[in-house]
Amino acid sequence: MSKADAAAAILWVGATFYALFGGADFGGGLWDLVAGGPERGERPRALIQRSLTPVWEANHVWLIFVLVVLWTAFPPAFSAIFTTLYVPIALAALGIVLRGAGFAFRKSIVGLQGRRAMGATFAISSVLTPFFMGTVVGAIASGEVPAGGNGDAFSTWLQPLPLLIGAMFVASGAYLSAVFLVGDARRAGDGEMERYFERRALGAAVVAGAFAVAGLFALHSEARYVFDRLTGQGLPLVILSLLCGAVLLVVLLRGGRRPLRPLAAGAVVAVIWGWGVAQFPYLLPTSLRIDQAAAPDPTMTIIFVVFAIAAVLVLPSLGLLYTLAQKDLLESEH
Amino acid sequence: MPPLDPLPLAASASNLLAAREQMAFTLGFHIVLSCLGVALPATILVANYIGLKKGDEAAFELAKRWSKAMAVTFAVGAVTGTVLSFEFGLLWPHFMDRFGAAFGVAFAIEGIFFFLEAIFLAIYIYGWKRLSGWAHFWSGVPMFVTGIGGAFSVVAANAWMNQPQGFTLNAAGKVVDVEPLKVLWNPATGYEVPHMILAAYMVVGFLVASVYAVGMLKGRRDRLHRLGLLIPLTIGLIATPIQLFVGDTAARAVADHQPAKFAGMECIQESGGHQTEYVGGVCTSDGVKAAIPIPDLDSFLVGFSADTKVTGLNDIPADERPPANTFLHLSFDLMVGIGTALLGLGAWFAFVWWKRRDIPKTPWFLRAVAVSGIASILALWCGWIVTEVGRQPWIVQGYMRTSEAVTDAKGIWFSFGLVLLVYAALGTTAVLVLRSMSRRWREGSDGEEAGAPYSPPAEAAP
Repeated sequence: MSKADAAAAILWVGATFYALFGGADFGGGLWDLVAGGPERGERPRALIQRSLTPVWEANHVWLIFVLVVLWTAFPPAFSAIFTTLYVPIALAALGIVLRGAGFAFRKSIVGLQGRRAMGATFAISSVLTPFFMGTVVGAIASGEVPAGGNGDAFSTWLQPLPLLIGAMFVASGAYLSAVFLVGDARRAGDGEMERYFERRALGAAVVAGAFAVAGLFALHSEARYVFDRLTGQGLPLVILSLLCGAVLLVVLLRGGRRPLRPLAAGAVVAVIWGWGVAQFPYLLPTSLRIDQAAAPDPTMTIIFVVFAIAAVLVLPSLGLLYTLAQKDLLESEH
Repeated sequence: MPPLDPLPLAASASNLLAAREQMAFTLGFHIVLSCLGVALPATILVANYIGLKKGDEAAFELAKRWSKAMAVTFAVGAVTGTVLSFEFGLLWPHFMDRFGAAFGVAFAIEGIFFFLEAIFLAIYIYGWKRLSGWAHFWSGVPMFVTGIGGAFSVVAANAWMNQPQGFTLNAAGKVVDVEPLKVLWNPATGYEVPHMILAAYMVVGFLVASVYAVGMLKGRRDRLHRLGLLIPLTIGLIATPIQLFVGDTAARAVADHQPAKFAGMECIQESGGHQTEYVGGVCTSDGVKAAIPIPDLDSFLVGFSADTKVTGLNDIPADERPPANTFLHLSFDLMVGIGTALLGLGAWFAFVWWKRRDIPKTPWFLRAVAVSGIASILALWCGWIVTEVGRQPWIVQGYMRTSEAVTDAKGIWFSFGLVLLVYAALGTTAVLVLRSMSRRWREGSDGEEAGAPYSPPAEAAP
């Protein structure tokens, strides 16, 4: 494995964490959005708020990590993506601002009207942000981003595949979130909320699966390189993802109290790495290879050092944060 | 050309202006919040420490309130900081393409600090109820360290733009080798980093103190207000004299490293010794109008001798001179003026405290503290204007012009307009939320909202 390949793997690790934890936080926003009026939605919203509050900012940092690694280790790829897909990227940035601010303000604002306005801002942007991020990923996968950048501002991502991937991002975030919230409800001993989110996890799993299948068809016609490798070298990962998803469905349908989170995470992680394997050795299929975009070796070394420090310092700290949050030692209504 | 484009300029020139305005605005907005991220943790920890050590309830209460406020400002800072990292690609893609491999190194390190700060900040602000006193205090200490570390990395990246080094370009202008330590420890790091960290402590110190000064002027003279004034004010007043020393050193270094920037900010038209220091005024090519001139002082400040030769704009090629000379000069003067005034405020306070262990009795002292917060933010903005506008037309001093870095994307004026609207709403709501929090604290309802986000207002809750 070359240094550039290792840096690309680090990029993918960051993206995986962001998809898992950041994705679930966006999913929480979606469930908040569809929870109904103030009375009906009170309990699910309270649960969502409790589980998101202490962790969403830390989870958000994975996005910064991905951006920084991308522009430091693979500057031409960063610039090509940002000069081509600036419309969905700018919309995602707008969504990030509104989501974070809406969420933070909702907790601290007094009065039903203000809270509803902030809550709606948070919830709607929680759906739009992952959608636009998905269109970016879909446009990259379908080879719409030219290595030199400055691709068309609209036709590159307003295509079936990027739009489907966008929808899949939203659905899989909702799926992850619902599964995480089932766990939170169980811990809180709230059987009603447990079943509430179990039903939603099931629904989201079916929808995400449907988008994934439609995405495969779109991949076949729009992104042949990625399709061929996904059904070739990447096939074991695709199968793993399907298996995780299927087992999870069975567990949910039978109403068992088995741990769901590893299965849900496994399904999503396998897809992300399947995509990585399918793109290899390209960052931008099929115009920019990893080695062509790579920064000089000393820069890569710094990326490795930073990653090692992150593994030694950040991961245990994140573990501490999650543990404290799971043990209810962090009071979300500060 | 987007329909909203108001300027009859070529696309790239128009894009350059729009992109610079948007960057300046979003950076100016975010920098205030990053000051809070850098320096508020230490301020809170001091109050927390006093509370724990002396069993001082008022100090405890202050630490709690400030950490609740920090929960809001950190969230807004996290998202506005994210916008800046998106803007690197959305506004300056060619800069990142060419130099990301070199100066990205600083941001990679910053990522670690931001991560740790977000994690421990969450543990600290949500750990008040359930963690034991000292465990909770120590969970907050990493925020103090990571705030400084994060400021170091980001400002080192900016310092690198002023004094780029640690990379090798090939004939095509591509970075082919990088020396990360030289990137981080470039010649400007040594003065820019402490200058910014001290600025953060000044902004936070004076801003928080100003809130309690206003309260005291309204007649709230309890121990809470007194401590709420004294703790941050002391921090700000300790930082101020050090800042004036660091700033003075920085200005001398800029005269040496970036003579064009120095000539711009000091309005020096002709190179030579015996340079007059102009306070205020309007810069023209025939000299400075309507300023207070102090003969020889500029030369003396640069080299401790009236004979010191200082480079004037006449020795800088016309296409390498910074724009908006008067604006630059007035920004610099305003920053120095505010810093000096705050030093005076500190001397006043220190003298009275030394005499009779109390804050000055006159309301004029509280009035001065009440405006010191806004004044220190103004000085912060002025400093960044000097750094950034003074470096123009370069984005990477001597290597890349800002005009070469800007995106060719369409609609930058539109995005700037949108940013203005969204940030206006964001800033207004943040201020309203903080004010309503403080009103609730005063009324004693302590903001303990009921469990659900949409439950009825606080008074109806159990």
